[in-house]
Amino acid sequence: MSTAAAPASSVPAGARSGWWEAVQPAARDPILGVTEAFLADSDPKKVNVGVGAYRNDEGKPVVLECVRKAEQIIAGKQNMEYLPMGGLVKFNDLSVKLAYGDTAPVLEEKRVAAVQTLSGTGACRLFADFQKRFKPDSRIYIPVPTWANHHNIWRDARVEAHTFRYYKPSTRGLDFEGLMEDLKKAPEGSFVLLHACAHNPTGVDPTADQWKEMSQLFKSNRLFPFFDMAYQGFASGDTVRDAQAIRIFMEDGHQLACAQSFAKNMGLYGQRVGCLSVVCDNSQQAVNVKSQLQQIARPMYSNPPLHGAQIVTTVLSDPELKEQWYKEVKVMADRIIGMREALKSNLEKLGSSLPWKHITEQIGMFCYSGLTEDQVDRLTKEFHIYMTRNGRISMAGVTTGNVEYLANAIHEVTK
Amino acid sequence: MATSMALNEIAVSSASSVASKMSSKPAMKKFVGFHTVALSTKNASFPSVKCAAKVNMAVAVDVSRFENVSMAPPDPILGVSEAFKADTDATKLNLGVGAYRTEDLQPYVLKVVNKAEQLMLERGENKEYLPIEGLAAFNKATAELLLGADNPVIKNGQIATVQGLSGTGSLRLGAAFIARYFPGVKVLISSPTWGNHKNILSDAGVPWSEYRYFDPQTVGLDFKGMIEDIKAAPNGSVILLHGCAHNPTGIDPTPEQWEAIADVLEEKGHMPFFDVAYQGFASGSLDDDASSVRKFASRGFEMFVAQSYSKNLGLYAERIGAINVILPTADLAARVKSQLKRLARPMYSNPPVHGARIVANVVGDSVLFDEWRAEMQMMAGRIKGVRQKLYEALLSKDKSGKDWSFILKQIGMFSFTGLTKSQSDNMTDKWHVYMTKDGRISLAGLNLAKCDYLADAIIDSYYNVK
Repeated sequence: MSTAAAPASSVPAGARSGWWEAVQPAARDPILGVTEAFLADSDPKKVNVGVGAYRNDEGKPVVLECVRKAEQIIAGKQNMEYLPMGGLVKFNDLSVKLAYGDTAPVLEEKRVAAVQTLSGTGACRLFADFQKRFKPDSRIYIPVPTWANHHNIWRDARVEAHTFRYYKPSTRGLDFEGLMEDLKKAPEGSFVLLHACAHNPTGVDPTADQWKEMSQLFKSNRLFPFFDMAYQGFASGDTVRDAQAIRIFMEDGHQLACAQSFAKNMGLYGQRVGCLSVVCDNSQQAVNVKSQLQQIARPMYSNPPLHGAQIVTTVLSDPELKEQWYKEVKVMADRIIGMREALKSNLEKLGSSLPWKHITEQIGMFCYSGLTEDQVDRLTKEFHIYMTRNGRISMAGVTTGNVEYLANAIHEVTK
Repeated sequence: MATSMALNEIAVSSASSVASKMSSKPAMKKFVGFHTVALSTKNASFPSVKCAAKVNMAVAVDVSRFENVSMAPPDPILGVSEAFKADTDATKLNLGVGAYRTEDLQPYVLKVVNKAEQLMLERGENKEYLPIEGLAAFNKATAELLLGADNPVIKNGQIATVQGLSGTGSLRLGAAFIARYFPGVKVLISSPTWGNHKNILSDAGVPWSEYRYFDPQTVGLDFKGMIEDIKAAPNGSVILLHGCAHNPTGIDPTPEQWEAIADVLEEKGHMPFFDVAYQGFASGSLDDDASSVRKFASRGFEMFVAQSYSKNLGLYAERIGAINVILPTADLAARVKSQLKRLARPMYSNPPVHGARIVANVVGDSVLFDEWRAEMQMMAGRIKGVRQKLYEALLSKDKSGKDWSFILKQIGMFSFTGLTKSQSDNMTDKWHVYMTKDGRISLAGLNLAKCDYLADAIIDSYYNVK
């Protein structure tokens, strides 16, 4: 990264150079760079199973009907005023109800500090900065593997990061023993990053019993659970079921924090809509914590953008639109589940000797295929198939039109 | 009281399991208050715990990690609007936050914005992620607006432009870049300046100091002090300058003064960092308001420029702006852009699309662009009009001979009245005029009808309050 400072006092009068030597070209972002490369490819057979953005069976991006209707309702409203630093209050209220349950005691007792954020990334970053400010010596424990940007976020927030085992390559499933072992070693007062559902990039989630065991460990060892929930509703098709990990921890009396994103489950990717919530002792503390979160947001962006939050608020507060949303989320989740089954059965039909049941056992947008970096590179070079080099396949990019081609290519590079 | 005191006196112990806590004293550091919660019976680990009607939270739940988090002070600027809303007095006037109001003191959504949004709705565009650097059409448009489409800097690709979260977010990206690539380099900010500049620099980890700017004697620019302080700074510092319509004073250097400032920066090898939040909004002319930036660019400076469309396109809520870095070569521009992206990714991944599309649509259509220019002229004109009326009211009521002409000389949304904090407090407490405590009033929140009232309030506060 940065090297020594520009030689300030030795810059001769009138000279203009000498500021930028330390600036190297940054490497492409490992995830977003995949789409850049895909777009640059002119091959007609190309397939993008890189970034996690939903596609319909024609391979096209989707704007949900409930969202379109909400936009019609919002259209022409004469309001462009700054939101408060903590964002749209009604949006925050509806978000936390979605996460914790409409009648959750913590909500009725006003014990949850909630602020609107720049999607899931912004929620994580706000929390990481908050953690650094108020618990400067604390650590964050991050699962291996995880969404690459998690490391960037806590690193830029200057929080000491450690990892814990999560994915077991031999089973392509959860390494629960390794996870518990590693977290038992975490010092009291450590913060732990957990994916609430549809773990990214593996698609491997703990079972309810495993969550319960983890919850007990967190209680006894005073570990702080931080949930990144980017796929509520999108994983199983059921928003309540996808939040079960959080509900389990809440039942055990944890005070946790949660980053929510509406990028996938409402298809609002580019609108950057999310919510950070922190469960507190009491309502006064929730007010305090919210005020401090706002203090962090103010010098980052002052206040969050309005449009996406208005869409979410309109959808969630209108019973008909909300029902429609539930249906549309289930359609997306079901299509992905269908594509998982199709990919697996295609690979089996081709006579692949490798185990592929993990494709249907994993959940959510991503499949951790187990492909090596070399195999991924071959897929790109020879077959124009784009995915991240950790072998993560975005199932959202798989269609009835390309699943056979994809299966065939995977078979070719793995046989 | 006795009960809670007893709880407070309970010794702190870090129990190794919650189960053992059931029988021993609860492990807490500090107990803020009483709270009760029903325990769930679903948890098999606690068979001995009955689902009693209520169980003391002290037993069931650890005290929050954040119990020592105190209430943050209200934001000095945004907090003013909150206080205004809470005031029930009929004469109240909000001259706090810098958001434009019509003559009826209503918020104003520009007609071109409505039209652009309607177009966007009809087209039914998708909501895909933007690239980290933002909407390409917006980035192109914003750089051209700033420098002029035929500017050699743009033609030669010597500019790195990244869409940012309005002015704040763009400044933050620039500050974060400075912290990472020019560690130890100090940024000089004017005294006074927009309050959030300090927060942005501090949170980005950039050291800062101030250069003199406002002269209370003349209620004008302390040019001599400004030049002295900029000269005194270590060579190769960064100087934060307001491109036009200085916030909070409304006092801008003259063209000759800008040249002299540029001379000093050149001599000292300083880098300019322009904050351009009012292009087109100050004078009504996009080109005139960009003249300081263009002058520096034509003199070959490498520089940062943060832009905002909050005021000039009234897009406050949608957070649309850009950070630009002007560099000697296109290669450097590409490198700097890639590193700005690396700073943005762990902040918010990619910027919001809505505001960017609005700007791109307005600028990209010549009819809409012309309409936009006209609306900007209208807004700037209304502010000039209230300045004139306020000045006349002050002149007619204050026979002491005090020079109130600074009201006319200052430009943009704000006027630095020269009122002290206690005088500003009087404005609020006695007259229900809401403003920031540094004496700044937002003329965007004033209409012709209230000029008289405001003049009375200012005169009372200035002369009768120490």
